[in-house]
Amino acid sequence: MATTTVSVRPNTYAGTAWSWITTVDHKRIAVLYFVTSLAFFALGGVEALMIRLQLSRPELDLVDPDRFAELFTMHGTTMVFLALMPLSAAFFNLLVPLMIGARDVAFPRLNALSYWVYLFGGIFLNISFIAGGAPAMGWFGYAPLTATEFADTHAVDFWAFGLQILGVSSILASINFIVTIINMRAPGMTFNRMPMFVWMTLITGFLIIFAFPVITIGLVLLLFDRYLGTSFFLYQGGGDPILWQHLFWVFGHPEVYILILPAMGVVSDVLPTFSRKPLFGYAVVAYSGAAIALVGFGVWTHHMFTVGLGPVADTAFAISTMAVAVPTGVKIFNWIATLWGGSISLRTPMLFAIGFIAMFILGGLTGVSLGSPPVDTQVQDTYYVVAHLHYVLFGGTIFGLFAGIYFWFPKMTGRMLSEGWGKVHFWLMMIGFNLAFGPQHQLGIDGMPRRIHTYGADMGWDAWNLMSTVGAWLIGLSMLIFAINAFRSLRSGRDAGPDPWDGGTLEWSMSSPPPVYNFAEVPVVDDRYPVWKEKRGGGHTGAVVTEPPVAESDHEDDEPHIHMPNPSYWPILVAAGMVLAACGLIFHQIFVLLGALIFGISLIGWIEEPPG
Amino acid sequence: MTADAHAHEEHPTSTGLDSRKVAMWAFLGSETMFFGSLILVMLINKHNTLGVMLGHGDHTFEAGQGMLDLVLTSFTTFVLLTSSLAMVLSLAAFRNRSLNWGRFWLMVVVAFGAIFLGGQVYEFTAFVREGLTPSTNLFAASFYMLVGFHGAHVAIGILWLLAVVYYSYRGRYQGADTWGVEMVGLYWHFVDLVWVAIFTLIYLI
Repeated sequence: MATTTVSVRPNTYAGTAWSWITTVDHKRIAVLYFVTSLAFFALGGVEALMIRLQLSRPELDLVDPDRFAELFTMHGTTMVFLALMPLSAAFFNLLVPLMIGARDVAFPRLNALSYWVYLFGGIFLNISFIAGGAPAMGWFGYAPLTATEFADTHAVDFWAFGLQILGVSSILASINFIVTIINMRAPGMTFNRMPMFVWMTLITGFLIIFAFPVITIGLVLLLFDRYLGTSFFLYQGGGDPILWQHLFWVFGHPEVYILILPAMGVVSDVLPTFSRKPLFGYAVVAYSGAAIALVGFGVWTHHMFTVGLGPVADTAFAISTMAVAVPTGVKIFNWIATLWGGSISLRTPMLFAIGFIAMFILGGLTGVSLGSPPVDTQVQDTYYVVAHLHYVLFGGTIFGLFAGIYFWFPKMTGRMLSEGWGKVHFWLMMIGFNLAFGPQHQLGIDGMPRRIHTYGADMGWDAWNLMSTVGAWLIGLSMLIFAINAFRSLRSGRDAGPDPWDGGTLEWSMSSPPPVYNFAEVPVVDDRYPVWKEKRGGGHTGAVVTEPPVAESDHEDDEPHIHMPNPSYWPILVAAGMVLAACGLIFHQIFVLLGALIFGISLIGWIEEPPG
Repeated sequence: MTADAHAHEEHPTSTGLDSRKVAMWAFLGSETMFFGSLILVMLINKHNTLGVMLGHGDHTFEAGQGMLDLVLTSFTTFVLLTSSLAMVLSLAAFRNRSLNWGRFWLMVVVAFGAIFLGGQVYEFTAFVREGLTPSTNLFAASFYMLVGFHGAHVAIGILWLLAVVYYSYRGRYQGADTWGVEMVGLYWHFVDLVWVAIFTLIYLI
């Protein structure tokens, strides 16, 4: 613990590269998650820009068809598994312990393991580009495109093993956060007082531990088909390609809620702060999240309306699909009611949060239209679906998570992001996003199929496609502005202080960045917005009467003697062993042995490690 | 893990439950979905009309299930289920601080688990000798997948049990904190319970 005498900010992040490799501090792991997921976000973004460039004019051949298939497959896979889920995990790591009044997560070393498995898994997946070609069958890997007959390189194996590895990371992290939220809350922090982001983290955790096993089994069967000659998904051997679709979407639809619920949690905490009033209908918002998760397990065949499962199945799943709109709508009305009558300040995080509501409503509406089997049959596999999914996952998740980045960047780094550049980022992204994906609704209705390499000049799709490409590049420009803003702010941003936004939840009661041990004294909570209550002498609204003392120690001699878990290098070794073994299954058996050996020894080392 | 044990003694958890136990329950919840998916895949394959229509899948399940040695597997099933009793006795012994009895019953669990696994290895090799490999037909694929996945769980359980025995000699689980025995016990009971479902669905029905 390195709290120096003069520094205003605690040296939470000081130290060598080795201290980062061995860290078990949730705040450092959050930084690692942020940096890695944003890097993969940039990679997925570049892939998207190349796709859009190829489609900007008819009959272009900037990218050849095979490479094009790799690009859209890896764009989807990267964005879902390597960018958005881990970006949410970055927020879980940064915020959950701070918000519930804990000093760290329940299992700090397991937390580090989740990160390293994710990092190595992400690299593993992308090695495919230079090792004989990336997967090219679409991000949901429909059978029989994944059969050895049609994919005889190792691309599908990279994809299948990569997703297995990432699944391990997600399940471990989810178990960790579920236990942390259930068991590590400060005295008085009842479930009914937890910030909404913590609620959504808990629900997302349960979604992950119940949904990921299904895709894991699907992938195991796929690998059996490819390596051991079984025919689970091959009709030649008596198997059923549709079985893959069921397994994939039983996982895949909850996955959509895994991606959106954390963003909903972010927005539910940003809106009250900039409206200066508590979240409207707190309990209903929390229960709606749970309802979305629960119903989300019973809607998967709406991805398969054109398969021909029969009118009874189609009707039942259409009804359950539309039922999801009810709790979602409840949330939206509660967010709007939170704004109603509030004293609204349009700072950058608030702009992104409001942008989230607006764009997510549009995505939700097209979602309801797609939930109708006759409509879906018309636009199945067209750009209409592409537009819908980007309105929920970009307009929803990414807008929501950027609200979170602008909101908590000061807490994490101790410095403010520039408001001016933040607003430029927001408006460019807002305009670019709608320009990119709005026209795709029309393209879909005009019948342009998704995933085609190019299209004829006589189809009448030129103008819409050009607009879409221009929009995509505007989004790219806005991200560049964000990156410059972030780098400049890290070097010379305004000092944030403990509470730059007049926040109400516990994380705003400590210095920015928080000291290593988070809380010098474990707080006792008696309210949903304890910091507001303290500042305002009992109420949530009205003028600030007292600035609460910030629990931080600037002097060596005040440093509280708090026992924190020791750093450990076993997590990174366990992760390395696991991924090396997967490499071996593709390249050479010797690596399987080596990986298993490293895995086994590191596991023993982990168990043997003395108490910290 | 002992670092956590240390911390938990100092700070009671919000629910009063041991965090490691909550984590174990969450993990077992996840495991139900692993086995649930596999069992459903097996049942779907059994009633796969597409295969029958195409002239591939017909009667492979009836024929395959006819090959199963019901007597042998009923016996190993009995042994596996009995091992759960030994697991309970072991935990009770550790709680009563009678370490030697605790270790003895743990080794009984290991032995029974090994007998079960041995029966499975025998069954698998007999099948392969008769020409039924995973790629033969859909029944073989489903059978090897589901039974093998469960067998892998039993094998991991045996390794874990041996580790617990080893650490009991290294001075753990001697006080009130018998968490290590409890954890492996939860896992072992779960694996047994899943076998009840698998045995019923594959061997009996």
